[in-house]
Amino acid sequence: MRIQVRLFAILRDKAKLNAFDLDLADRSTVAEAFARLAIELPAIAIYLPRVAPAVNREYAKPERVLRDGDELALIPPVSGG
Amino acid sequence: MDDRIDILPESLDTAAAIDSVAHPDAGGIDVFLGVTRAEKRADGVELLALDYEAYADMATQQMKSLVALARTRWPICRAALLHRVGRVEIGHPSIVIAVSCPHRGQAFEACRFLIDELKKSVTIWKKEVWADEQTSWSQRSEMRANDESRNPNDE
Repeated sequence: MRIQVRLFAILRDKAKLNAFDLDLADRSTVAEAFARLAIELPAIAIYLPRVAPAVNREYAKPERVLRDGDELALIPPVSGG
Repeated sequence: MDDRIDILPESLDTAAAIDSVAHPDAGGIDVFLGVTRAEKRADGVELLALDYEAYADMATQQMKSLVALARTRWPICRAALLHRVGRVEIGHPSIVIAVSCPHRGQAFEACRFLIDELKKSVTIWKKEVWADEQTSWSQRSEMRANDESRNPNDE
């Protein structure tokens, strides 16, 4: 299956990427996707433990099972307001 | 309900936001503006502006949910919740919140709730732009080792 990964703020700057497609085994979890991202994007690996995942525009738990076509966003600590 | 909830790339019109919460049942309108504060870096260089970035689809959805949640606690007539993206100069607002309620206490509390909750979880980030053209993500988004900020999922 294929998901879309989106990066914001410091993560986008470090990875020099906004968004990209990632192929994963069917029924992979968010945690498994993060493990792959740590390998594929070494520039952001050290930040991942502090990143909150969002799936299809809602915060998600690491054990959340991903589906083909999902949008996985990497949310660094927010600083709006 | 005619709430105004948006993320906007242009200057926020505070007067229009306040007008938008007018309602015949309202006895109090509370307004909060978050503005860019002048700062100096440790080496004396001054802050020029803040550059705001949003995951707008998610942030707008979150802002609507926050207003819906506030409505379960206070009798909100109307709410306006507007956040800037892009460059916000010193003294200019990055966020405008206006809430109308039958009584002032409700309006004050609901407005306070909205800004406090927005800062905790809504997917918006600010980058500091300094007079020497250096930029830095605000300490929270920089994820420094001594940074005690938490993600919503830490709860």
